[in-house]
Amino acid sequence: MTAELVRGQNHPLSRTRLEIRVSAGTPIVAVAALSDENGRTHGAEWVAHPAAHTQPGLQVSRQAAADHCLAVDLDAIPEAAHRVGVLLALPADGQSPVRFGTVAAPFVAVTGLDGAEIAGYTITGLDTESAVVALELYRRQGAWKVRAVGQGYAGGLAELLTDLGLPQAQELAGVINSAVSEGPPRSVQAPPPRTAEGGRSLRAAAPALGPDQGGTTPHGVPPMPPYGGQTPGGPAQPVPQPSAYPGGAPDPSVPARPAGAGGPIDYSHPRRQGAAPPPRTEPSDAPGQSAQPAPPVAGDATGWSMDERLYNQVWGMFEDLARTTAAYRGAVDFAESRMDKELGQVLSDPRSRLGGHGDAAREAARARHAQLVTQAREAFERDLAQLTAEAEVVEPALPPAYARWDSPVWQAYRVPTEIPMALRLGDLRLPEADRIRIPMLVRLPLERGLWIDSGRTGPSGGSFADAHAPGRLAVETAVAHAARLLAVYPAGELTVHVIDPAGSGAGPLAPLVRTGVLPAPPALGAAGVADVLTRLTQRVDLVQMAVRGGAADSLPQGFDTSRHLLIVNDFPHGFDDRAVNQLRYLADEGPAFGVHLMMVADREESSAYGPLLDPLWRSLLRLTPVPDDYLADPWVGHAWTYEPSLVPAGSQVLQHVLTQVAAARTKTT
Amino acid sequence: MTVNMTKGQAISLQKNDGGSLTAVRMGLGWQAAPRRGLFGSRTREIDLDASAVLFADKQPVDVVFFRHLVSDDGSVRHTGDNLVGGVGQGGDDEAILVDLARVPVHIDQIVFTVNSFTGQTFQEVQNAFCRLVDETNGQELARYTLAGGGQYTAQIMAKVHRSGSGWTMTALGNPANGRTFQDLMPAILPVL
Repeated sequence: MTAELVRGQNHPLSRTRLEIRVSAGTPIVAVAALSDENGRTHGAEWVAHPAAHTQPGLQVSRQAAADHCLAVDLDAIPEAAHRVGVLLALPADGQSPVRFGTVAAPFVAVTGLDGAEIAGYTITGLDTESAVVALELYRRQGAWKVRAVGQGYAGGLAELLTDLGLPQAQELAGVINSAVSEGPPRSVQAPPPRTAEGGRSLRAAAPALGPDQGGTTPHGVPPMPPYGGQTPGGPAQPVPQPSAYPGGAPDPSVPARPAGAGGPIDYSHPRRQGAAPPPRTEPSDAPGQSAQPAPPVAGDATGWSMDERLYNQVWGMFEDLARTTAAYRGAVDFAESRMDKELGQVLSDPRSRLGGHGDAAREAARARHAQLVTQAREAFERDLAQLTAEAEVVEPALPPAYARWDSPVWQAYRVPTEIPMALRLGDLRLPEADRIRIPMLVRLPLERGLWIDSGRTGPSGGSFADAHAPGRLAVETAVAHAARLLAVYPAGELTVHVIDPAGSGAGPLAPLVRTGVLPAPPALGAAGVADVLTRLTQRVDLVQMAVRGGAADSLPQGFDTSRHLLIVNDFPHGFDDRAVNQLRYLADEGPAFGVHLMMVADREESSAYGPLLDPLWRSLLRLTPVPDDYLADPWVGHAWTYEPSLVPAGSQVLQHVLTQVAAARTKTT
Repeated sequence: MTVNMTKGQAISLQKNDGGSLTAVRMGLGWQAAPRRGLFGSRTREIDLDASAVLFADKQPVDVVFFRHLVSDDGSVRHTGDNLVGGVGQGGDDEAILVDLARVPVHIDQIVFTVNSFTGQTFQEVQNAFCRLVDETNGQELARYTLAGGGQYTAQIMAKVHRSGSGWTMTALGNPANGRTFQDLMPAILPVL
């Protein structure tokens, strides 16, 4: 993952052999300077510059250029050096621009030897400065980090080097400038080794990149190719510097680069096949494009907290999977309709009745279909591989609220002190991409009630008959969701009430009852139903009045401000008309005033109420106790298979978690 | 750097190092015509809309415009409707981003259009331009000037189509009339 740094930001470096690529719109001089822990440069032998382009562990180019590639070996630099500064300056040759304010913002990137970008930084906001400290690699507790500095100096290199405490700063700046304006020594002008790499070597149209002109000709504007596909400073591949890697380069694995005036210039990266991603392209912008996609990282999304970043990342994966599947399905559908059309044409073509003409046409239509489907599948598999890799790092990083019940984070569960941003209700998947499970995260507090459908569900519902009655499985699912909600709220901030009029859910509800997380046992019978509903309805009334009247402070003393979750099993058994109305009221008004509803019900059983209850069902989020495909994504509208988050059979995790919740509750009350 | 394309000119979107362009942006910018005095409250705002129609074998399969900002596959994205244009000259007021590498394999042409939703002809628009930009480095590949155009309310700007393993852009610049891209379909079909 490339880090786009802003000024002052730092980033860890996992490697010690690095390349630093510089792209500017105009030829500039690149200098690498070592300094000690106090930021002081001890002498000229600590500075690699065009006149002395190699120092232990450092190498820079011998001339000014719009693109540079500096080599740094942090293991090879003197022990006393604690920082490596990457300095850029405009050549003081009378022809180049005299201030960075008039040229394009230079871009610097730290890359590994394989070209993989580790961190990038665009130096913006420069004006009259003619020299700038672009980056600083520094030692911190034995490890190396890179910091984006961007400190400019109007006085040029001389002032910059003086600031580094270099004793002979003025002299050195003069040496550098004269070396740059004279160009590199003639000895490096070896005839260019010709590379014929798959036709990707293009003949430079003008000798502007020739080493003998380096620094003296403003060659920031290389000859424009006919169609303007290349700009200086844009592409990742630095314009090859003839002297960037002479013999004795610190990295022998870098092959010799083609060089020389008018010679063929290979714009491709030496060790990168295919299209190289430009440095300013975030991998997320063009995933699948880079030959070596950056390894995915958990929390690679925007957000103020890790919680939020993971939430956004999961939703990003959800959208990506929805869209790439849409692309795949679209291509396959198109291939099929085209084949049908072509086969139809063959059928209606009189010529096809004669001989093999029809067979050949049919064969061609099928081949075209197969080819397109294969291409679509390849693109799809490429995206799936990337999402799978991302899921593999994201899933283990999820906090309890987002994690599966079998995740180790639940074994290490502690009662939280803050409400998480969202809750995982289950997994979502698509038939084409069965191996990718997207966590279904919903925001907390719940904006809608939940409806665990105990009725007969879709195609996969047939498995009910085997072991569990639908009702029992639905109640178990409800308990798993309720336990998760209880666990992710801080102690005492969520109270769960249960209505189980006929007592039919007693078995599956036992974990909640036994661990003592319920303030009262499940309410039984019509009287119990009426009692719980009346209390919660009054509560909503009261809070609503207080909030609407702007008098939230005037609630009674000791009023419990926590949220409430009401689990209703076996609806509508035990409900009279009044109770049904109260329930609808709670479903509509409750979420805004801290009362949430979880219904375990079969819609068919309440059909006696007619259309009266339709709004109730519509207002609830339907969840099934078994996998079923009925949820649509908000972007493309695929039917996703939902699978509830259930506790693995035989696992004690629910017991473990609820015991801790109960213990924390008794402590706070 | 800009190639000022002429009508019908085709440019390959292959970069000269052999790599293809991966992301292009069609940018549209304009400025409303100055008021002609009279009542200050009666603005003469001009709403130009950029649209992209995705074709598979000459069949429109998806469209990205102000009512459908992202193609189903996510490869083509509209940055959002701008109803009044820019206050000054310069940046894009509406843009459509195309991630060429992710365009579904069956899509072989993408046609970019500009419509005047409020009905003013291009004669009344100031500083209107449409350009194609290499999104990876901000370099402008092609630019059209719309302002001062004739008595028409729409233009079929350009098409990007597959050729070989990469994409090619052909500048079209065909004038047309219509309020949204649907009205332009008869004018688009002949250029496919």
